[in-house]
Amino acid sequence: MSVPQIAKKEQGFRVTLEKRGTTPYLIHFLVPVSSVVAALLVGAIFLKATGHSPLEIYAMMFDGAFGSMYGISETIVKAIPLMLTGLGVSIAFRMLLWNIGAEGQLYMGAFAASWVALFAPDMPGYIMLPLMFIAGFLGGALWGLLPAIPRAFLGVNETITTLMLNYVAILWVDYLVYGPWKDPKGFNFPLTAPFRDSASLPTFGNSRVHLGLLFALAAVVIVYVLLKHTRWGYEIRIIGESQNAARYAGMNIGKNILLVMLLSGGLAGLAGMAEVSGITHRLQHGISSGYGYTAIIIAWLSKLNPWAIIIVSFLFGGLLVGGFSIQTSGLPSATVFMLQGLILFFVLGGEILTRYRIKLQRGRK
Amino acid sequence: MENSIVLSIMAAAIIAGTPLLYAALGEILAERSGVLNLGVEGMMLAGAVSGFMVTVMSGNNWLGLIFAILAGGFMALIHAFLCVTLKANQVVSGLALTIFGTGVSGYLGKSLIGIPAPVTFEKIPIPVLAKIPVLGPVLFNHDALVYISYILVPLIWFFLYRTNAGLKLRSVGENPAAADAVGVNVFLTRYVYVIVGGMLAGIGGAYLSLAYAPTWLEHMTAGRGWIAVALVIFAVWDPVRALIGAYIFGGVDALGFRLQAMGIMIPSFFLKMLPYIFTIVVLILATRETHKKRVGAPGSLTLPYDREER
Repeated sequence: MSVPQIAKKEQGFRVTLEKRGTTPYLIHFLVPVSSVVAALLVGAIFLKATGHSPLEIYAMMFDGAFGSMYGISETIVKAIPLMLTGLGVSIAFRMLLWNIGAEGQLYMGAFAASWVALFAPDMPGYIMLPLMFIAGFLGGALWGLLPAIPRAFLGVNETITTLMLNYVAILWVDYLVYGPWKDPKGFNFPLTAPFRDSASLPTFGNSRVHLGLLFALAAVVIVYVLLKHTRWGYEIRIIGESQNAARYAGMNIGKNILLVMLLSGGLAGLAGMAEVSGITHRLQHGISSGYGYTAIIIAWLSKLNPWAIIIVSFLFGGLLVGGFSIQTSGLPSATVFMLQGLILFFVLGGEILTRYRIKLQRGRK
Repeated sequence: MENSIVLSIMAAAIIAGTPLLYAALGEILAERSGVLNLGVEGMMLAGAVSGFMVTVMSGNNWLGLIFAILAGGFMALIHAFLCVTLKANQVVSGLALTIFGTGVSGYLGKSLIGIPAPVTFEKIPIPVLAKIPVLGPVLFNHDALVYISYILVPLIWFFLYRTNAGLKLRSVGENPAAADAVGVNVFLTRYVYVIVGGMLAGIGGAYLSLAYAPTWLEHMTAGRGWIAVALVIFAVWDPVRALIGAYIFGGVDALGFRLQAMGIMIPSFFLKMLPYIFTIVVLILATRETHKKRVGAPGSLTLPYDREER
């Protein structure tokens, strides 16, 4: 049929959309970039309307995030958990499993790693850190498995269950740090006693950038190889594209749901381990500034591509650091989430350009 | 427990259930048209903050309510444009709406934290009815928004199952191509009900900030928007079952709060987990049930409609 589905009459012209056969490579790059620009523009209007100077605010954010070596190192610090959670979320999304529980999985990873650090403190670092690594991965993985079981066997909507478990995980960590695990010498703050040095990830130079960066980069490579060069990755991609095709080909969808959620949760759990072992050196209230939710945007903006996740995480790390630096001028941290939401809107809206071509036609009546 | 305590918990269940009920009713309408909107949490927050803000500025809670409705509707319009016109992924668009709503409400609400609402929706005991033993104090000693929700439930039920417009709505959700073939405007229908759904979520949010709390707190919905989405599945997309479900969830909420107030030995963190764990359990049970009875989601839920692919 030649009837355009979206047609708007504009002064003798009409805008029609035509399905693309193939998408030019450039579009894949231009759409996300212009989405970010458009989101910043709308954000600017919003800032202006509420009595702030957008240019000043953006300059302050940019300067805070990328304007100094310290800023850049802090941006990398934030990019580490974003990369790990973003990767985790993207593997699940690839199978059309909507794991929005990375936040909770991160908390459970942090909890499990802290448990090792606090209750077996006498181990040397070369045993302690690998054990914390494993505990962190398992904590997140099992928390991811929990909603995967009803999803695999009963088809229970994982979007809602993964999200509900975020609240449970955060309350669980709060219970520990306000209650039984609270540092008696912590002046009643919601945090545990500090870890010993053996439980701290080494840092690069005198910055706060820690070894977690290498975990995250290694995870990118591993996920890439898994997805592109193994039979399992092939199955995940097929299931994501067509469940029916996968079923006809004899693939076990239920088993793959469980495995993918284990890996997805495990990566988020590692992010939690890296935060407590590399940054806070203790378990405390509010260890994540919404990394698990930002991960959703990162995954989508990267088109689920592991390599793109590195770059996008770095940029979003910058957004978070920039968000901190504008708080001195009285803007709330929520400003960053507002911008993140806008970016995702434009990325989603812009995707139509990867599937359709816009044509201007002279108006026939 | 004493009788009066039971009655007060039941009355509290209705109050705690009311924001869930509004949001769930809205989501039922949107999903019946074939559009899943996971942005309920964000739309409720937008409603809560704008309702509160306008009430603080104008001193009129009804004006606040109107702005809450507009805010919820505007948020839903973004979702409708992305999902209906641009055929974007409905799950991700809903998540974007929630992230945006969380951010924008935190941004706008920063200066409102700690201010009490100048006027709220106050309790209006209904004459005669409020005097009925048991039922009176539980059902008829509430604010106006609770009473409006009592009327809304049968109204939406009647609309869905007994009117021509309701039939058209359901047909768009079940089989848009067939509805299109008999002349129903699929795109317009989806826009209208997604927006109406957002407006109802906006009321749910305003209920929190103008009647339940009544104050503004960052992220004060605390997952209620998601519980409302779960409630829609529990209710099998039926407004009457949504009412029952909302009050059950409200009851769990109220019970946890009450146990905490009574100084029970369970740490408050575990009591606060109750609604979330309860939601998961109920969702699992409801999914099993719908599979057994072979009822379920509207046929075209989450699928964008493309005339060319008919």
